[in-house]
Amino acid sequence: MNRCVVTVLGKDTVGITAKVCTYLADHKINILDISQTIIQGYFNMMMIVDVTSLEKDFKLVCDELEQLGEKIGVNIRCQKEEIFEKMHRL
Amino acid sequence: MINMYEVSETNKMIEQENLDVRTITLGISLFDCMDSNLEELNRKIYEKITTVAKDLVSTGEDIEKEFGIPIVNKRISITPIGLIGAAACKSPEDYVTIAKTLDRAAREVGVNFIGGYSALVSKGMTTSDENLIRSIPQALACTERICSSVNVGSTRTGINMDAVRLCGQIVKDTAEATKDNDSLGCAKLVVFCNAPDDNPFMAGAFLGVTEADAVINVGVSGPGVVKKALEKVRGKGFEELCETIKKTAFKVTRVGQLVAGEASKRLGIPFGIVDLSLAPTPAIGDSVAEILEEIGLEHVGAPGTTAALALLNDQVKKGGVMASSYVGGLSGAFIPVSEDQGMIDAVNLGALSLEKLEAMTCVCSVGLDMIAIPGDTKASTISGIIADEMAIGMINQKTTAVRLIPVIGKKVGDTAEFGGLLGYAPIMPVNEFGCDAFVNREGRIPAPIHSFKN
Repeated sequence: MNRCVVTVLGKDTVGITAKVCTYLADHKINILDISQTIIQGYFNMMMIVDVTSLEKDFKLVCDELEQLGEKIGVNIRCQKEEIFEKMHRL
Repeated sequence: MINMYEVSETNKMIEQENLDVRTITLGISLFDCMDSNLEELNRKIYEKITTVAKDLVSTGEDIEKEFGIPIVNKRISITPIGLIGAAACKSPEDYVTIAKTLDRAAREVGVNFIGGYSALVSKGMTTSDENLIRSIPQALACTERICSSVNVGSTRTGINMDAVRLCGQIVKDTAEATKDNDSLGCAKLVVFCNAPDDNPFMAGAFLGVTEADAVINVGVSGPGVVKKALEKVRGKGFEELCETIKKTAFKVTRVGQLVAGEASKRLGIPFGIVDLSLAPTPAIGDSVAEILEEIGLEHVGAPGTTAALALLNDQVKKGGVMASSYVGGLSGAFIPVSEDQGMIDAVNLGALSLEKLEAMTCVCSVGLDMIAIPGDTKASTISGIIADEMAIGMINQKTTAVRLIPVIGKKVGDTAEFGGLLGYAPIMPVNEFGCDAFVNREGRIPAPIHSFKN
């Protein structure tokens, strides 16, 4: 399994989750876990995804997700999970 | 599995608190380039560096993208050129040709600095070492990306005062040779005592003679992260203060360890060490001085500064050591003046003097760093300052260094501009009483008594 963390941050509007999930599905990225909250009108979502079946260059996916975020007015980041694992787990 | 709180903590550190990996430094041994023919030597050096380091920058950029962590610099350290050029270089001018080759190689592979235009002369100077040292002003004036260092003392050998005397003059000559750019050359010249072989940070990086053919060393940073963490324990006791620094240093260093491991795997080059230094930049919120202020000082330089810095330095090490499989380099808090907005402010307010900085170097990771002094400071005075700093390193069995910039044409009250990560610095006053008779004595200061441990 090759896990990554997708975070979405920004002003809440209709269809943010749908658009992000559609992109992930189109690229054979499987969602393992989602948590989402809205704090003072701000949309805050974190997804742990599996990119094992991804056929594209991972860096390209990072860029495309960032561009998708710009289009819908939120900030989307896609990072390999190890950076969080390393920092928060012994 | 990782939770949302942990993800947002990490990303906040990166986005708002300037967490970054300061440098991936690829150490390259040049021993196999040695040749008695100067042209051949230059050719081999260029070829080796551009071959071994060809993927360094792109690999760094890939890691940056995939993990979402900025890697500010990709750099190269090499075997001290004083050794590599020994057979071919008969004059300082010969060494300058190597400097130009290194600059060209650095440009070709896209690194912003290459360190190791260096000589190790802690006990004595060979003719070639001396030629290299004498070539430094010209080498730094005619290149852009070369960093130079001279190790003039160690706890094991004492201090080579002939080299200290020469280096005072060389610092002065380098300032003169680069006076059109506020004596910028001196920002790329470090004089060391107990120089580490695996330091990834410039300007003092070189690959020591006991190192392997190629090695990946990583320098982390993160003063902003420590500062933010300490805001949450304002007014609390020392126990909580120290625990907070340790935990934060651990987290910062783990990122360095991850990046070092990835870079090593992708480049097929062994991992050396993580240097867990707190390295400031002139950016707002990326300052070691601000951490000291958060600990409780009105400004850096106030009474209590040395104690606060000692505490900070020690906790950073304690937290960082467990986060990495191999820790090395300088590892501690850096206190450069021009590269730290809080330090610059403290100098401008009259809170911080050269003498207080000297005291601080007894407990921090390096030394008198990026300090601009009047351009008319005598070479012997610079040698005296170097000797003082080397003595602190020799007696305390630690690395100390001097990176002074006598800014030609400027005096106390003026400001020197270096640009970029090197920042800007107010010219600081220097004690003007003479030390010529001391500096002009020949020979060396003997090794201290505690070096005799056999």
